[in-house]
Amino acid sequence: MFATGLIVFRETLEAALFIGIIAASTRGLLNRSRWLALGVAVGAFGSLVMASAIGAISSWAEGVGQEIVSATILGTALVMLAWHCIWVSPHAHQTVQDAKRLGKLAAQGEGSLWALALAVALSVLREGAETVLFVAGLMSSPDASEIGMAVGALLGLSLGCFAGWLIYAGLGKVRPQYLFGVTNGLIVLLAGNLASQIAKTANQADWISSFSESAWDVAWLVSNDSILGMVMHGLIGFDANPTQLQLIFYAATTTSIWWATAHMKNRLAPQVGGV
Amino acid sequence: MGASAADLEVHIAIKDHKFEPSEIKVPAQQRIKLHIQNQDATPEEFESHSLKREKVIPGGGKALISIGPLKPGRYTFFGEFHPATATGVLIAE
Repeated sequence: MFATGLIVFRETLEAALFIGIIAASTRGLLNRSRWLALGVAVGAFGSLVMASAIGAISSWAEGVGQEIVSATILGTALVMLAWHCIWVSPHAHQTVQDAKRLGKLAAQGEGSLWALALAVALSVLREGAETVLFVAGLMSSPDASEIGMAVGALLGLSLGCFAGWLIYAGLGKVRPQYLFGVTNGLIVLLAGNLASQIAKTANQADWISSFSESAWDVAWLVSNDSILGMVMHGLIGFDANPTQLQLIFYAATTTSIWWATAHMKNRLAPQVGGV
Repeated sequence: MGASAADLEVHIAIKDHKFEPSEIKVPAQQRIKLHIQNQDATPEEFESHSLKREKVIPGGGKALISIGPLKPGRYTFFGEFHPATATGVLIAE
């Protein structure tokens, strides 16, 4: 039961932290809960579909079908987050400020919520499909105590969701004037995490074979399997033993999104300030 | 990026949630194609932090994973879905 719970917790945690951060960053936007719930629902449904198609996916493209699907999911989510940071958030920030002054929810941000909802759906899909496979495998094995497994899986799922709620609630304590900066910073790091996993996938599928050596190994200090390692992975893309390529992708993604966002804010500043 | 030497093909099976063989010796500094055949009815996820690989292998299915060239050393791997029994090590020397 405990082992089952831990595995489900690990799979749930990353998606839950992702959703917690996105939810905190969209606080105050009209209909945002509905959009994010839709994202979770679509992702959960997609997990079932993907899990049932895993045999077919695995045998695609001479055995790298999983990597193709994985890279597509990661890449699309990355584009959504980047677009949100660079293009939407400089506008949305102002919209929310204006709306708060008028004491109502910001309706204008809604037009872009679909991008974040899609990123949420993809995050749930990626972790969810593995969870579905794992749980379905357990249920089908004859020696399993099914109730114990089910309780363990539910416990792991709940704990993972609780961690997502904690980050959401924690970000709620951030002063409103800093909230946008903090959540945007976290979203940039989430994007970096996605990029780092794309790099890992590219090495694994042998699309890129250079820079596949370790950049460092701090597993003796914090291992990927420890709770701290898992939480830091979900929040900032921590990896105890990343490849050089992962590091390059992470750094290139975070700096270019950060740079483009700053650039966009400067360009918008004279216009949005005035009205 | 060597096209110089052919990739070494290594075969591992998963049976009763264990890797067979669970210890594999390979030459260091060579690219390796790891073929994993899952003979169980349930899926498994091959995972290794030191090799930086993770891949789901469907029940009754197989997977191909490219690794290396490796520095000499021990690279542990495990089945994420059955971490208590499915463990193994790749020794590069």
